[in-house]
Amino acid sequence: MKIVNQSITKIDGMDIATGKPVYTDDLVNVKALVVKILRSPHAFAKIKSIDVEKAKKRSGVACVLTHQDVPNQRFTMAGQSYPEPSPYDRLVLDEYVRYVGDEVAIIAAVDERTAIEAMKMIKVEYEILEPVLNFEEAIGHPSVIHPEENLEVNFDIGMKREKNIAATVLIENGDMEEALKNSPVIVEETYYTQAQAHGMMETQRAFTYLDVSGRLTIVTSTQIPFHVRRIVANALEIPKSKVRVIKPKIGGGFGGKQNASVEVFPAIVTLKTGKPAKIIYDRKENLGCTSSRHAMKIKVKLGADHEGNIKAVDMEALSDTGAYGEHASTVLGVAGYKTLPLYNTAKAVRYSGEAVYTNKMPAGALRGYGVTQGIFALESAINQLADQLNMDPAEVREKNLIKQGETNPILSGSKAGEPGKLDSCTLDRCIEKGKELIGWKEKYPSQRVSDTKVRAVGMAITMQGSGIAGIDTAAVTIKLNDDGLYSLLIGATEMGMGSDTILTQMAAETLEIGMDKFIVHGIDTDLSPYDTGSYASSTTYVTGNAVIKAAEDLKGKMMRQASGMLGVPLKGLRFKGDTIGVINHPDKQVSLNEIAADVGAGEGKQEQLMGSGTFGGDKSPPPFIAGFAEVEVDLETGKIVLIDYVAVIDCGTVINPNLARIQAEGGLVQGIGMAMYEDVLYDKAGRMMTNSFMQYKIPCRKDINKITVAFEPSYEPTGPFGAKSIGEVVINTPPPAIAHAVFNATGVYVRNLPITPEKVVKGMMESSK
Amino acid sequence: MKINVTVNDEQLEMEVGYDEFLVEALRRYGFNSVKRGCDTGCCGLCTIWINDQPTLSCSSLAVRANNQKITTIEGLQEEATDFAKVLVKEGAEQCGFCSPGFIMTILAMKRELKNPTEEEIIHYLTGNLCRCTGYLGQLRAVKKYMGVV
Repeated sequence: MKIVNQSITKIDGMDIATGKPVYTDDLVNVKALVVKILRSPHAFAKIKSIDVEKAKKRSGVACVLTHQDVPNQRFTMAGQSYPEPSPYDRLVLDEYVRYVGDEVAIIAAVDERTAIEAMKMIKVEYEILEPVLNFEEAIGHPSVIHPEENLEVNFDIGMKREKNIAATVLIENGDMEEALKNSPVIVEETYYTQAQAHGMMETQRAFTYLDVSGRLTIVTSTQIPFHVRRIVANALEIPKSKVRVIKPKIGGGFGGKQNASVEVFPAIVTLKTGKPAKIIYDRKENLGCTSSRHAMKIKVKLGADHEGNIKAVDMEALSDTGAYGEHASTVLGVAGYKTLPLYNTAKAVRYSGEAVYTNKMPAGALRGYGVTQGIFALESAINQLADQLNMDPAEVREKNLIKQGETNPILSGSKAGEPGKLDSCTLDRCIEKGKELIGWKEKYPSQRVSDTKVRAVGMAITMQGSGIAGIDTAAVTIKLNDDGLYSLLIGATEMGMGSDTILTQMAAETLEIGMDKFIVHGIDTDLSPYDTGSYASSTTYVTGNAVIKAAEDLKGKMMRQASGMLGVPLKGLRFKGDTIGVINHPDKQVSLNEIAADVGAGEGKQEQLMGSGTFGGDKSPPPFIAGFAEVEVDLETGKIVLIDYVAVIDCGTVINPNLARIQAEGGLVQGIGMAMYEDVLYDKAGRMMTNSFMQYKIPCRKDINKITVAFEPSYEPTGPFGAKSIGEVVINTPPPAIAHAVFNATGVYVRNLPITPEKVVKGMMESSK
Repeated sequence: MKINVTVNDEQLEMEVGYDEFLVEALRRYGFNSVKRGCDTGCCGLCTIWINDQPTLSCSSLAVRANNQKITTIEGLQEEATDFAKVLVKEGAEQCGFCSPGFIMTILAMKRELKNPTEEEIIHYLTGNLCRCTGYLGQLRAVKKYMGVV
């Protein structure tokens, strides 16, 4: 391979690095109305009356909208394929407000100052209701968060609206009672994972206008342009044909832009006024009024024998979906689906749980999508099992983990009685290499470095998926232009991770020509081929496969064209990238330019050459990671310093080593943030206390010491050039590995994230009592 | 009110609000490289130079820039490109939204620190947050650019 598996620089790297105007707000080149949202000060209330007359009359105000002015059509903001598994439990504006920050009114004015002044003139009378703030008290709480009758679900997700249950899940295989009975060693613990914020640098934003033919155009910072088109059309009751979505460069997503959080607001303003409108969320809105990771409580029961053979894995989850059910059932399910297959020796596995409504900011998609939560619980329990058995935790894993070629009934692609097969996996080698890189033999479990300081190591493993089996679809078109350049048309959303680059690498590799021959276009739903969007770690695998199909299709068409031009049958020709030549006649060939010129001549007799390919997998091959943490803990203060973090990754073929490495380092740091620093906190009234970067601590440069990333490539036969995904899997191991290292240093197991010095010291004080 | 400023070596008269921050005024006048990432002086995305000193434009009132010299990355394209090449070669450019502020801080650091250690570099850049890269790739690029082995 000449281009795939090479560290090609990002094709848009220089533009975005040097500050060129490429993001949504840079492209608003007309005087647009500024849209602001009046938000609820109460966690749960019903709007008794709302007086907007004074605000409407203020000069410069274009419109003020309340729940009386919007369609009574419930929808979900979750960017998922239709029919979405997320409940239709939202209105653009509702008479109920369900969390502090929920939308009450939309104000649009000539400038921000006017909009804010008008907002202050709105008088709202609320009937305050008792909120549900503790998710463990949600089921059967006297307050029903969604009392409305017209809430809809597209299919049965186990919703029990009147009990505040948004979704229910049950995955099981084998006889659990029997397996536990035959397990002389049992570990049973409960773990809590917190809500985490995405904290992407560019907050949510969108700009809308009517084009010359009256169609609504939405320029938005999104991961899901095609879903945004459908969501907005449904929510505003307009035909999809009247909506166009354009995605320019976007400043990070991490799942936070897999919700259509903002687009409906300027869109309805533009429809009502006919004028361009824009909404830019400030950091407070980004952290407090969009979505976060689902906080979860997960109870794990492991059964094993004295030799460390795992017999039973039983997990029970409770997930906090907040005020709306975006991604409620799927995040809940994924926490089981992508953890249970790891330990293949288990005779019985079970995962059950509920996602519940509370009066807090809604939860949504966030990198890792439930696996992060599930893995923290499962891997912490595995480490505890090893401790209980007095075994090396790496050995317990090596004994039990799933290996290449094995089958497992929970793996994607499984059917009843026909368990899915794992075609590619080097997890065993990842563990070996990781142990070497961190110095496991010398360092495990801990070393006293001074009177007050201990160094220790800990570990965890994880898997994820590559796209959603049976649902995710990507289409790609490659066009041969008249000048011999290719246009690569993709519908997948580049959001910084380098997908445009790696997809071009795959096209260039297949068409055997340099990267400079390709023009890549950002997404425009009017022009781009359909793609479900950039989420669920799907771009490399799903869209990558479509790229290869499209390139092969175009190659075939060019060969046929060359065959006619040279008067030589296809089997006598060889494709060589910039030329197609006649085998055994080195001087007889046509160049790409000549083919392009030939199809451009001949007054309509010729077919313009475009290749297209569509891919949707019936499997979601998992990438794997073995993660190792080394910490130094101060026994007097509980302060934890992360000395080193090693992650060894099996993502199949590494398409671009440089970009994959950065993707991994970034994801690990986000995981380290979740493990040690980040926590979305509310006060007693349900007001978020962490809605700025002053209170919500994402890691800064000084929080990160050494991170070592290594690859143990496998070859995934269904993947493009053998590749699997890497985007999400990288976030999962730090919380359990760091918790394990802290335990090895102090004897304190923190089972409630984040692992703060406070919790460590408290734990040490309690155990010394 | 009106203020007179020099932006990227050009004299400019700006009409600004009495309580308007410089980041808003600069964007309104088309200096779109200046990004806003927070409103609390935490993230460094809005970093520009006032009289050659790196400054957070989200926390500086526009009126205070009256008669001052302002520099944004638009005015330092050549130098910014030199560093960006190193950054992009390292693969350490992800979403790019933090880059203008980050690069303005690096170019100021280059003027200010002679032969900095790795620790000094990290300290200088700590006010510039990034959620994509995990910082280490950026550090590798900065060290190469600064000639720190």
